[in-house]
Formats: sequence, C-alpha cells, structure tokens
Amino acid sequence: MDVSQLQRSWVEFLTALFNEGFLDSQFNQLLQLQDESNPNFVAEVVTDFFHDSERLLNELTGVLDQQIVDFKKVDSHVHQLKGSSASIGVERVKNMCIAFKAFCEESNREGCLRCLHQVKQEYFLVKDKLQTLFMLEQQIVAAGGSPPLM
Amino acid sequence: MGSSSCLDGGQLHVLAVDDNVIERKFIEALLKNSSYKVTTAENGRSALEYLGLLGETKPSPMRTNDAKVNLIITDYSMPGMTGYELMKKVKESSNFKEIPFVIMSSENIPTRIEKCLEDGAQEFMLKPLQQSDVKKLKYHMQKIDSHLHGRLCLGL
Repeated sequence: MDVSQLQRSWVEFLTALFNEGFLDSQFNQLLQLQDESNPNFVAEVVTDFFHDSERLLNELTGVLDQQIVDFKKVDSHVHQLKGSSASIGVERVKNMCIAFKAFCEESNREGCLRCLHQVKQEYFLVKDKLQTLFMLEQQIVAAGGSPPLM
Repeated sequence: MGSSSCLDGGQLHVLAVDDNVIERKFIEALLKNSSYKVTTAENGRSALEYLGLLGETKPSPMRTNDAKVNLIITDYSMPGMTGYELMKKVKESSNFKEIPFVIMSSENIPTRIEKCLEDGAQEFMLKPLQQSDVKKLKYHMQKIDSHLHGRLCLGL
C-alpha cells in the first residue's frame, strides 16, 4: 500500500474511534502535542497510561477481593484511573470510573465489582484499538510518510 | 506559537505539582509546548523541598537560583497535602509569598473553588487541561525580579 492509502486508513480508523465514543476531544490535545520535536509523544504517553492503568486495575482487583473492603483505597485508585483516562481522552473508561466512584461512595461492594468488570472490558477494548492505531502509524512511517495532523 | 519569555529573554519557569504520573506528563508537555521551562513534583512535600522550604532556614544561593519559579500550578487532591495546603505553606514563606498559584481539580465543587480563590489562588482550572488553559497562564506570571526592576513581564 502506498503512503496516502495508509494515511487514509489511519484517518478513517481514528475518526471511527471518535464516532464510537472510544475517544473524546481530549485526545486531540495529545495529537496536537506531537510534532518534530516530540515525534512519539502520543505513543509514549498512551503506553505509560497502559502500564499505569493495568497496575491500578490489579490493585483494585486485590482490594475488592478482601473480606473487608477498604473503600477509601478503592476510591483512591478509581480517582487515579479516572484522572488519567480523562487526560488521555479515553471516554468510555472515564465514564465507567465515574459510575465506579459513585458505588464506592456508597460502600457498595457488588456495585464496585460490577464496575470493575466493566472498566476492565472497556479498558482492554480501547487498548486494543489504540494499539491498532499505533501499528497503522508505524506502517505509515515504514512506508516513508508521517501520520496526518488532525 | 508565541514565546513565553520576559523582555530580558529569560524563560518563564513553572512548577507543576500532581500525584498522577500520566497527568504530570501531560501537563509538562502542555507547558513545554507553550515554551515554559517546567519542573514537576509528585506531591506537596517534593514541591516544598524543591523550593527549599522544608526545614531549611536559609536556602543557599544556588538553590534559590534553581528554584526561580514564576508560577506554581498544582492539583488540588493529593495524598498527604492538598494543593490548597501547599499554597498556604508557600505563601507563609517570605521568599515565595508573591508567587502566583493556579489550582486544578477534576471535581467541580463551588465551595472548594471559592476557598482557593479567596485564599490566594489566581485561578482555578478544571481538569483535564487544554492548551488554551495553559496559554492563559502567562497573564498570571511575574518576572522574579520585578520588585527590583519594576518591569512587567509580557508574554507574547
């Protein structure tokens, strides 16, 4: 495939992510921060987000698994995940965190467990989508081009 | 893109405090994109340490140079010390009481916002931040020696 075809695929894929609610306008802020002086910014920040989120999801699993749940700890982890997903622009994950926080505040274990399950689903979905986006980007670069600026 | 420098060419220096590693990275990138020099801290204690306000009676000349800060932007909710508490502590010091503070939060709590603004914050910003929020910061910044030279620092 030539560069312009690959670029079109990238734009179509990214547009779909916005349309399907995986990403919100905050993701544009990240895209705007990527330039010649910072060519890998989006991939770097998103990769950090993956590591940090998985750490938080593991911690949440552990805390909610206890006989007596420390809801303060749950709230703290969810707050972190909500903050970082909001900054990156991963809308569905962020929205799940908002719901999660509400159950936390009620010390509702069942509600929290349901939310944890849903957050994990949304997280792994968007992770897969973003990894595909980065792969398309790498293909463009390998073909001698660069991803179009939105 | 304008440059954020004082008339004498020095870069404006922002101390950004946030306990979330992703948000810290994001804010740092936003600030650098507006040509500010950035130092980050992961909590209030680190910020105080950087400013030389942790138990030292006199910052050394070297330390004072390093800690020449034109503005502090801090998250409100942080473990150990909130951004509000950090601001109060910094404003108690003689060296840094004039430094403009901007407090950020992901939570829109009017009583919290009012308290921050009443007790010294120049501005309260809702997260997540955008480039346009960061561009506005230069209006709050001061040139460190302005009280000596009497010059206003204009961002372009």
